[in-house]
Amino acid sequence: MSKSNTILYLDGVSVSFDGFRAINNLSLVLDKGEMRAIIGPNGAGKTTMMDIVTGKTRPDEGEVFFDGQVDLTRHDEAEIAMMGIGRKFQKPTVFESHSVEDNLMLALKGPRSIFPALFHRRSAAETRRIDDILGIIRLGDKRDELAANLSHGQKQWLEIGMLLAQDPKLLLVDEPVAGMTDAETEETARLLKDIARDHSVVVVEHDMHFVRELGVKVTCLHEGSVLSEGTLDFVSADERVVEVYLGR
Amino acid sequence: MIAQRFFSADRRIAVTILALLAAAIIVPLLNLAVSPQSAFYIPSYIVALVGKYLCYALLALALDLVWGYCGILSLGHGAFFALGGYAMGMYLMRQIGSRGVYGNPILPDFMVFLNYKELPWFWYGFDHFWFAALMVLAVPGLLAFVFGWFAFRSRVTGVYLSIITQAMTYALLLAFFRNDMGFGGNNGLTDFKDILGFNVQADATRSALFATSAVTLTLAVFVTAAIVRSKYGKLLMAVRDAESRTRFLGWRAENVKLFAFTVSAIMAGIAGALYVPQVGIINPGEFDPANSIEVVIWTAVGGRGTIVGPILGALLVNAGKSWFTGVLPEFWLFALGGLFVAVTLLLPKGIVGMWDGWRSQAKALRAASLGVEAGVDPDAPELKIVRSAARTPGAWSAAGAEPQPAE
Repeated sequence: MSKSNTILYLDGVSVSFDGFRAINNLSLVLDKGEMRAIIGPNGAGKTTMMDIVTGKTRPDEGEVFFDGQVDLTRHDEAEIAMMGIGRKFQKPTVFESHSVEDNLMLALKGPRSIFPALFHRRSAAETRRIDDILGIIRLGDKRDELAANLSHGQKQWLEIGMLLAQDPKLLLVDEPVAGMTDAETEETARLLKDIARDHSVVVVEHDMHFVRELGVKVTCLHEGSVLSEGTLDFVSADERVVEVYLGR
Repeated sequence: MIAQRFFSADRRIAVTILALLAAAIIVPLLNLAVSPQSAFYIPSYIVALVGKYLCYALLALALDLVWGYCGILSLGHGAFFALGGYAMGMYLMRQIGSRGVYGNPILPDFMVFLNYKELPWFWYGFDHFWFAALMVLAVPGLLAFVFGWFAFRSRVTGVYLSIITQAMTYALLLAFFRNDMGFGGNNGLTDFKDILGFNVQADATRSALFATSAVTLTLAVFVTAAIVRSKYGKLLMAVRDAESRTRFLGWRAENVKLFAFTVSAIMAGIAGALYVPQVGIINPGEFDPANSIEVVIWTAVGGRGTIVGPILGALLVNAGKSWFTGVLPEFWLFALGGLFVAVTLLLPKGIVGMWDGWRSQAKALRAASLGVEAGVDPDAPELKIVRSAARTPGAWSAAGAEPQPAE
C-alpha cells in the first residue's frame, strides 16, 4: 500500500501494557482531506490508538506515518502537535481558570518557546483569528467568561476551537458529543462537517445517530484491530460487528 | 465582571508597591532622624527585625511563583535562600581582612583554626562585591536550572517532586555541616564587620539594608506581576491546570516549568543575600527542611496564587512567631502546626483568597437584591444545558476498561 497521499498511515501496530494487548496488529489508512469515524466497544483500543498517533504512547512494533513521510514514533507530543496534529480528549480539557479568549490565545498557531511568550503582544491578525474561531464554535458571547463556567457541551466546543486555533492538518476528536443534548449533538455534527472541508478528521464516537449524521466511512475496532470498515450501513450489517456490539 | 476582578487585583498590587516604597523611606527616617525620646521613634532592633521579615516575604513570593502559579510544591526553597546567603556571607567574611581573631589578612578565622594553608579556589573573587552579587544570582539559579532540567524532563511531578526538593535541601544541609567543605562547618559564617565599606552593625547601614530589602521586594512584586500577566504567565497557569493539554497544543511544559523554577530560585537567592547582613550569620541550619516547610506555611496562610498573599502571610506569621516565642516559647511549633492545619481546612485559599471570596459573594448578593427591586426573580433557574444521562456506556456491554486514558 502506498503511503503517498495519506495523512495518517498505521501498519501492523501493536502495543501491550503489562501483557494486555491494547492494540494488536492494527492497520489503518486515512487519505488527505478525509473524515473518518471510528467506533468500537470499550477497550477496543480507540484512545490508545490516539495516544500512539500523538506520541503519548510508543508502539511496540509497527509503522506510524503522518503526511506520507513523517515517522511519528520518533517524535514526542509537543513536536507532533507542532507538525499539525490536534487532539481533543475524551473528557473535555480546557484551561478552566482562563477566559475563553485566553484559552484560544494559548492555542493559536505561533512560536512555542518561552521568551516570545513572555514578551508577547497580541497582534490584530491574532485578534481577528480568535474572533473567527469564536464564531465557528458559537461562543462569541462568552469570550470573557471563565472556561470553568461553561456548560459541558460548550467546553467540548471550546476544545475543538482550540484545535482549530492550532491550525492542524489532522484533527483527532475523541467522543465530541459525550454528554451533549440532542440539539448540541446536531450542532456539533454540523461543526465537524464544516471543519472536515479543509482538514482531515478522525472522530471516535459511541453515538450511532451522530455517526450517521456525519455520513462518512466508518472503521469498527475490536480488541485492538480493525474488525470492519466501510459505510455505516455496511459495517452495521456485518455479523461480527453485530456480535461484539449487541451480542452478549 | 472579570475585568473588575483584575482591576481590584491590580489595585491591590499597586497599594502594596506604594506601601513598600513608603516603608523604605519612612522607617529609616523614623529610626535615624527622630530622637529616641519621640513617640515616632522606631528602635534599631525593630528595623532589623522587619528587614528580616521583608527577606522572608521575598522568599515566600518566590515560592508562590512556582507553587501558586505553576503547581510545583517545592519543599526545598530554603536551599536557594541559603545559597544566596552563603554567597553574601563569603563576601562579608573576606571584608573582615586582618581584623579577625587570628589576624590573617587572607584566610577567615575558621580556616586558620582548621589549619587551611591557603584559600580554597571557590573562595576566589569573593573579596569583590560585584563577584559575590553575581554568585548570589548564579549559584541558586544554576542549581535550580540543573535540578529542574532533570526533574521536569523526566516528568517528575506532584508529591514525588516535593520529596526530591526536600532531599536536595537535606543533602546540602549535610554537606555544609562538614568542616572540610570549606564553608565554616556547623558554625557557618559570622562576625561580619563591613559591607561595601560601611559597618554592618551601624544604625545607618541597617536602615540602608532595610530600604534595600523593601525596594527589592517591590521590584520582585513588579516582576512577578509582569510575568504572571504575560502570555507566558497564562501558560504557566495552564500547565498547572491541564499539563497534558498544553503538551498537545505544542508547548514544552518542562521548559515552562524550568523557567519559572529558575527565576524563583534566583529571587530566593537574592532574599538570602539581603537576609545575611541583617541577621549577622549564615549557618547550615538555613538548609533545614523544616525552614522550607515553614515558607510553604507562610504562602498558604497568605494565599497562594496571589501576589500580595505570600507577602502578607510571611509578615503575619513571622510577627506572630516573634511575639509567640517571646511569650510561650515552647508552644510555638504547636501553634505553627495548628495554624497550618487550620488554614488548610478552613481557608484553603489563604487570607487573600478568602477575602476575594467574600467580596464576590457580597457583590453577588447586592446584585441579587438589586435584581429583586427591578422585578427580576433571583431564584429563576438559570438557563443551563442539561446533560443527557441516558448516554451511558451501558450499551457497550464489553467490560474491559481502556488501559491508557488520555489523561
